[in-house]
Amino acid sequence: MKDKFAERLLLFIAFSAILSLLLITFFIFQQGIPLIFKVGLKNFLSFHWAPTQGQFGILSMVMGSLMVTLGALCVGIPLGLSCAIFLAEFSSKPVQSILKPVIELLAGIPSVVYGFIGIVVLVPLIRNLFGGSGFSVLGAGIILGIMILPTIVSISYDSIKSVPAAYRDGSFALGATRWQTILMVVLPSARSGIIAGIILGMGRAIGETMAVIMISGNALRVPHSLLDSVRTITSTIALELSYSTGDHRAALFACGSVLFIIIVILNFIAIRITRRD
Amino acid sequence: MEKISEHFNMIYPGVKVAVQGGGSSAGIQATFTKTCDIGMSSRNLKPEEKQLKEFLIALDGIAVIVNRLNPVRNLTPDQIRMIFMGEISNWRVLGGPDKKIYPVTREEGSGTRGAFEDMVMHKQAISDACLVQDSNGAVREIVANSPDAIGFISAGLIDERVRAVALDSELPTYENIVAGRYLIVRPFLLLTRDEPSGPIREFINYVLSIDGQTILRKVGLIPALDIKNER
Amino acid sequence: MIRIGPRTSQAIAYVMLLTLTVIAVSILVFIIGFIFKNGFAELSWNFLTQKTTEMGKEGGILPSIIGTLIITILAILIATPFGVGTATYLSEYTKTGPVRRVISFGADCLAGVPSIIFGLFGFIFFVITMRLGWCILSGALTLAVMILPTIIRTSEEAIKAVPKSYREISYSLGGGKLDTILKVVLPTAIPGILTGIILGMGRAVGETAATIFTTGASLNMPTSLFSSSRTLAVHFYILAREGISLPKAYGTATVLIIMILLINFIAYRLMHRFMARYY
Repeated sequence: MKDKFAERLLLFIAFSAILSLLLITFFIFQQGIPLIFKVGLKNFLSFHWAPTQGQFGILSMVMGSLMVTLGALCVGIPLGLSCAIFLAEFSSKPVQSILKPVIELLAGIPSVVYGFIGIVVLVPLIRNLFGGSGFSVLGAGIILGIMILPTIVSISYDSIKSVPAAYRDGSFALGATRWQTILMVVLPSARSGIIAGIILGMGRAIGETMAVIMISGNALRVPHSLLDSVRTITSTIALELSYSTGDHRAALFACGSVLFIIIVILNFIAIRITRRD
Repeated sequence: MEKISEHFNMIYPGVKVAVQGGGSSAGIQATFTKTCDIGMSSRNLKPEEKQLKEFLIALDGIAVIVNRLNPVRNLTPDQIRMIFMGEISNWRVLGGPDKKIYPVTREEGSGTRGAFEDMVMHKQAISDACLVQDSNGAVREIVANSPDAIGFISAGLIDERVRAVALDSELPTYENIVAGRYLIVRPFLLLTRDEPSGPIREFINYVLSIDGQTILRKVGLIPALDIKNER
Repeated sequence: MIRIGPRTSQAIAYVMLLTLTVIAVSILVFIIGFIFKNGFAELSWNFLTQKTTEMGKEGGILPSIIGTLIITILAILIATPFGVGTATYLSEYTKTGPVRRVISFGADCLAGVPSIIFGLFGFIFFVITMRLGWCILSGALTLAVMILPTIIRTSEEAIKAVPKSYREISYSLGGGKLDTILKVVLPTAIPGILTGIILGMGRAVGETAATIFTTGASLNMPTSLFSSSRTLAVHFYILAREGISLPKAYGTATVLIIMILLINFIAYRLMHRFMARYY
């Protein structure tokens, strides 16, 4: 009797996560979508964002988000995969037990700290070495790449570690070197996990706000070079939310809706890939 | 405003003053809908908003600032407009070094930006290649640390790391603003829906009193009292 | 084409991997070192216990420390029952099937939602619609939703790790399902559950985008759940980007990072002790 009641109650509680997700989706879409219909797709899907004058084009921001995410992947994937492979295949137990927690601990550093280091160290460096104002796609890409490093390392490491020993042994038995085994046996088997990790890293990069605001310069024009300033969807929302009213505010929720959809799709893909095994 | 409410509370302990953030448009709207008792605005009311009762409490100069090491000291409003439009893009044209100009603006919706657009840009759009920051302090930081940047901030926030550019040879000093010689100036208004009474009236009176105005002067604004006395 | 033998390419690969790993780790260590080096000087008893004055240029960071602690602890208090309850249901009451998939999907998706979306949601739902205004409560509720998936995931692992035999013994002694869960499974899983809670805490403490739009940025000492407050992360952000006081910014960041490192370290040790017991 008591058991039945408990089971019902727990079932109810268990829906809290999905309920929260639905609440979030509902409220953000409820604020944002009507605006898209109000101003029309032609306006919303243009490159001109000037909400105080009725222009609500998000495309330059979408491009901005994509560019910095791409930059982040260019930095994060080589560094992250290398760390994961090195830790999992080439390093000894004691080294692993120190380095892995260090990398995971560093995943906890708040984004504002990364952004700050970006402003103080990276921006002047880029300005002096390469020119421009320093507030650039390059800077944002580098910092974001470092921020998603722990994600990629963790998930790739776990995937590599979970490749059965038998696979490796078989390869060694055939005379392959360690590196050949990694390239031809381990990595292909761990592929879906690694890709899932990269996609989750991508999601984190696209959704990042504070660090990007601090180092990307936030100029609305689509960047022509790595040294130009850039504006992402997340930056626009955070920069303009406090002072916005009426349509402007609704437009920011519309931006949020777009971002939300992109992230849900990315997460969905990542989950499907991991669940397949 | 928070400083003022602190002091106000000391004199009138029974009255609670809660300060909410938001921009001028938000403040004006909130006054219309009675979401707040007193709204604040840092721009003049548009004709359709004129039904609200307005009380000028201070003026705020908007200074155009450059890096301390920048040799350019004087600009005309036209030159400033063209810089922010993107038409002038090299300091060389203005008598400075052969370097690209990096203008920094505030975000869409900012009162400071709105005032700058009204009084300097005159219907021309600020270029979308300008860097954007969401507070005066942040704009100042960028200009202070980037040799080729230029931006606009509240005159009261100038510190020793940036230099205000003279507008037609007039610097945004206290004296120049009070005398009406520096022209990029925006009003700070308190707004109420109807004729204020009771604690609301007392609060407005306090802000306009010598005590309240002194606090405003301390944070770098030009108190309305000083203007009245001058003119 | 020069033929590179397998031994050589392995050596090259090894060197490249090692180099990149060293670069990665050095960058991460540099970041913490840089903040600490500049921030330690600022740390003093005064800094930690005084109120903030002059917009942050003077004084200490006590209001932010208190605000951060209250918001985080409140968020945990709200999220834990839901998180542990969900985890219990997932591991004890369902195996496969649509219900389980829906619940898991919800938790996984929620985990991927970026903090600015939580900021938007908290703003429109708690601050505006529920009329709570910018206050500690709004922030805590928003953060609770944010750390829910973390608690669910870790608690589920912890509960699953409790050996089947424990449950069987309880049943054979005549215990019902609820009794078994409450008196045997959950208590055994507590270290693992605690790990999840502490990890959630670590995430909440570093949050900026979600708290700035729900709890605001007031520098006053919080007096109630409905006071606006400024968390350490928000305070650091404002100090840094407005150039109000670079030394104090470093100091704030140092306190913040030490807090987070401590939290994660405790979680890590707990997790190890827990794992050691059952593996």
